[in-house]
Amino acid sequence: MPATLVGDHGETATARTLRLSAPDLGPALAGQHIDVRLTAPDGYTAQRSYSLSSAAGADPIEVTVERFADGEVSPYLVDDLEIGDAIEVRGPVGGWLVWRPEPDSRPVQLIAGGSGVAPLMAMLRTRAATGSRVPFRLLYGVTDPDRVYYAEELADLVERGGVPVAVRYSRRVPEGSTATPGRIGRADLGALILPPEADPSVFVCGPTGFVEAVADALVALGHPEHRIRTERFGPTG
Amino acid sequence: MVGSTKGHLMAVFSPGFRGRRRSTNPGLPPGQYEEHGFPVLSAGPTQRVRQDDWRFTLTTETGEQRSWSWQDLMDLGPETIDTDIHCVTSWSKFGTRWRGVSVDKLLDGVASDAGFVMAGSYGGYTTNLPKADVVGARAWIAFEFDGQPLHPEHGGPARLLVPHLYFWKSAKWVNSLTLMEHDRAGFWESLGYHAHGDPWREERYS
Repeated sequence: MPATLVGDHGETATARTLRLSAPDLGPALAGQHIDVRLTAPDGYTAQRSYSLSSAAGADPIEVTVERFADGEVSPYLVDDLEIGDAIEVRGPVGGWLVWRPEPDSRPVQLIAGGSGVAPLMAMLRTRAATGSRVPFRLLYGVTDPDRVYYAEELADLVERGGVPVAVRYSRRVPEGSTATPGRIGRADLGALILPPEADPSVFVCGPTGFVEAVADALVALGHPEHRIRTERFGPTG
Repeated sequence: MVGSTKGHLMAVFSPGFRGRRRSTNPGLPPGQYEEHGFPVLSAGPTQRVRQDDWRFTLTTETGEQRSWSWQDLMDLGPETIDTDIHCVTSWSKFGTRWRGVSVDKLLDGVASDAGFVMAGSYGGYTTNLPKADVVGARAWIAFEFDGQPLHPEHGGPARLLVPHLYFWKSAKWVNSLTLMEHDRAGFWESLGYHAHGDPWREERYS
């Protein structure tokens, strides 16, 4: 079904958030993705999945696309797609890395690596949009301050939304920060996330190596496997 | 939301889009691109199972069971499998080499009229398949990839390998097959993914 680009903004130097009107697309749950299919004039097609970052049921929807230099689909979506252009989308799909705003939901710990923050942002936005009081926390691992998605909105969540957000930089910390750059390790998880005693749902999304390391550490810290939901991705262009 | 067969699709052309990695390989199903790495996709933490602790159980629709230890599996006679694999997230990988034991050998001499099987895994993952798709030298219990023991990230010590279907059917950390008279939805299948999953027919979603 067609989706029309109705708005956009640069998220970082390499990522663009697309605002898409797709009237035929059913309402999405927080955490679901859509498939985007591009068709060249000669009929050649290429397809990729993108997590929705907009709140459940939002219309228009939003996705944030990271441009991979040697990618096939992402450079087109970041650099070439213009306001008013249509692309073909399918979905929303996926029902595993999904959060539903039920009043008695258990606390939620979100753990993002890089652009893996997108579907977790959909959950934060859904919580805000529904006025949910379910305790949320976000731990966000990113290479450096220039790569942070949704920076202002995350700051606002901390200030007014009552959601603790911890950002851990693996390569370069913000100017003036005394933190040491480093990957998220077991000590960070022990100190910064909801403990197993709080019995949280833990959603982990990011690159494969990140998710592998975090999920193993969560299990070692005593989080039961059935509370841990993961989504992994590689740079699939 | 099916819409994946060509007849249902309203083509939306993207002016200026040419595609950079187009493959001329006729082994590439529609909507797929060629991947040279080996991405990892799973729904939860990686399972770590020692070969010594590994057991595989086959249950028929009447409740009869057979079970194999790791050594029992090796004794069934592994073979080398050269095949392409296709993930529903749209990557395909050509020319992968595995070693594994054919599911035909597990089913040899089993009395069953079941039309379907449910594969089960350490960690609780399940996936359903028509029985016809796991017999006739088209499905294996695979334990080696590219000459090395299968890494836990990729489903080791052993995973189901059903390369003619999308790769979520090739259950990682597999430890059971249950024969069923009637089809039931497995893990992803109950979350909107297709019951069959043929990449050539783009059976991605139900």
